[in-house]
Amino acid sequence: MGKQAKPADNTAHFQRLYRIVLTIRRAEEALAELLAEGLIPGFIHLSIGQEAIAAGVMDALTPADTITSTHRGHGHAIAKGMKLDAFFAELLGKDAGACRGRGGSMHVADIANGMLGANGIVAAGMPLALGSALAHQTLGRDAVAVAFFGDGSMAEGLLHECLNLARLWDLPVLFVCENNGWAEFLPTSKQIVFSLDRLAAAHRIPHVAVDGNDAAAVAQTAGELIAGIRQGSGPMVLECHTMRMRGHYEGDVQRGRDPAETAAHAARDPVTIAAKNLSPAQIAKIDAKVTAEIAAAIAFARAAPDPVWDDAVAAVYTGAA
Amino acid sequence: MAELRYNHAVNRAMADAMAADPSVVLFGEDVAGAGGVYGATRGLRDKYGGKRVRDTPISEAAIVGMAVGAAISGLKPIVEISFIDFMTFAMDAVVNQAAKMRTMFGSQCSVPMVLRTQHGGGAGSGPQHSQCLEAWFAHVPGLKVVCPSDPASAYGLLRAAIDDPDPVIVVEHKALYATRVPEPDALPILPIGKAAILRPGHDLTIVSYGAALRAVTEAAVALAGQGIEAEILDLRSLQPWDEAAVLESLSRTHRLLIVHEAVEAFGVGAEIAARMADIGFDELDAPILRVGAPFMPSPVAKVLEQRYLPNPDSILAAVRRLLA
Repeated sequence: MGKQAKPADNTAHFQRLYRIVLTIRRAEEALAELLAEGLIPGFIHLSIGQEAIAAGVMDALTPADTITSTHRGHGHAIAKGMKLDAFFAELLGKDAGACRGRGGSMHVADIANGMLGANGIVAAGMPLALGSALAHQTLGRDAVAVAFFGDGSMAEGLLHECLNLARLWDLPVLFVCENNGWAEFLPTSKQIVFSLDRLAAAHRIPHVAVDGNDAAAVAQTAGELIAGIRQGSGPMVLECHTMRMRGHYEGDVQRGRDPAETAAHAARDPVTIAAKNLSPAQIAKIDAKVTAEIAAAIAFARAAPDPVWDDAVAAVYTGAA
Repeated sequence: MAELRYNHAVNRAMADAMAADPSVVLFGEDVAGAGGVYGATRGLRDKYGGKRVRDTPISEAAIVGMAVGAAISGLKPIVEISFIDFMTFAMDAVVNQAAKMRTMFGSQCSVPMVLRTQHGGGAGSGPQHSQCLEAWFAHVPGLKVVCPSDPASAYGLLRAAIDDPDPVIVVEHKALYATRVPEPDALPILPIGKAAILRPGHDLTIVSYGAALRAVTEAAVALAGQGIEAEILDLRSLQPWDEAAVLESLSRTHRLLIVHEAVEAFGVGAEIAARMADIGFDELDAPILRVGAPFMPSPVAKVLEQRYLPNPDSILAAVRRLLA
């Protein structure tokens, strides 16, 4: 939702972070219901448990900054400023959707707000962020690019290529790893033999780790790293330790997941953590506002017309629709 | 007399585009310092600076992905992939990202990028440096593919590709870089999607593109000696391809042969043949024939490679069947 002037009173900042964390949570809970209702085409990957990262990182960005996302990208889109009407209409495959119903959950994008797309291909967003950073650098813009990726991406060779290029060309890019410990249906520990801090060090890129469930902590750390990048430090890696409270995709029965792990989630819930500095009255006010906004957006999306075939066909190349 | 070489025409197209538009940038393996494997980018860094013309590490997946990100963020990148065989490492960026973004993002953006690469055999480069993989890209909605056969079209099509708002794959041919023609009076930008008649004729139509046109022309000269006039169409663009021009020629000659260096099976020729069998059925006096490489990897030994590539003899054999 962009960077406003840092409020002298931290309460406003905490309220804003809480509002974004809660908006993502409530939006995705609603998506789970809409999916069960059969209204969402395809499958969806929820970021429930990871909302604080999107809220915190985006808190440090301006609308001119760009991000690339992952298959778990709803929160990134919402935090970067995508309108809820356009978000829900897209998820429901409607013409009023951000991508006119052609992209859906895995491809939500809001180019005007610098959200260069969720991505159905693991690790594919990273080089896109590099390219966006290259454009910022070449055109002399005061902007940075952020590449969100999951710990599953660490097994893709593309991460190494991108870290190397980012350092080689000192690109204004922040790599944000959302490390939830799971890569699809297998714990990351059973897939990866190295740690991200060592990989970053091998590429001479500073690595900072943060509690990814604490929006204020993420905002603070991301803010410092991004300020450095704006001043010309070159690339940075921010590793956010977090948790995937749901399955890989919605409906995943999560075979082989230790119930103790999911039970421990409640104590680390990003919504609860984001609320801890607010009064019950402040929380209730934001809850009511978010609930109403989401209900209105869903009503809008349900009523919105379907996409038109001729428009979709004509959009493959530039020049027509 | 002044002459224009194919690789110089490619170079001039990029130089002119960079002069005209400051958002055009060029990167790839050895394009800046070395000037490209085939010398097509020589001197561009000196002219336009190291910020706009950059050498990259050998990271095809990252550099093509980077071009896509740059293209949706205000630049018009040209990336050189020195052999089309190396595109395999960059396929996600091309197929899943660049090609689909416009549709997938609801027309929020276009992806104005150019991938320059080269294909083809004749140099004994072997199975991983000689392939003609252009049909892969022509099969993907959202991409455009052009294949220039001579210096003038190398210039004109590359300029058009750089100006184009959508991703264009420009497939040059390694055997053509040193070819030269008298310096043309003018070098127009050539529209993507338009074929050109290289040689008029009325007895049959031969549709081809790229370096295969050299063998086609040799065959046509031999046929003329026998009183048979073949019309040669240079497709120039493979996606979109000039269906109207092929149909128009077919409607005059009533016989169609398609020749390409790429493997014949499932190739560009298959698509053209299928379309003409549909919309040109009433014009046909004979089955549509194709000449392409056999279904095997490109071999190295000269004796094997010469037989592998389409040549005047294999083309003449097909023409005899077509006229029988």
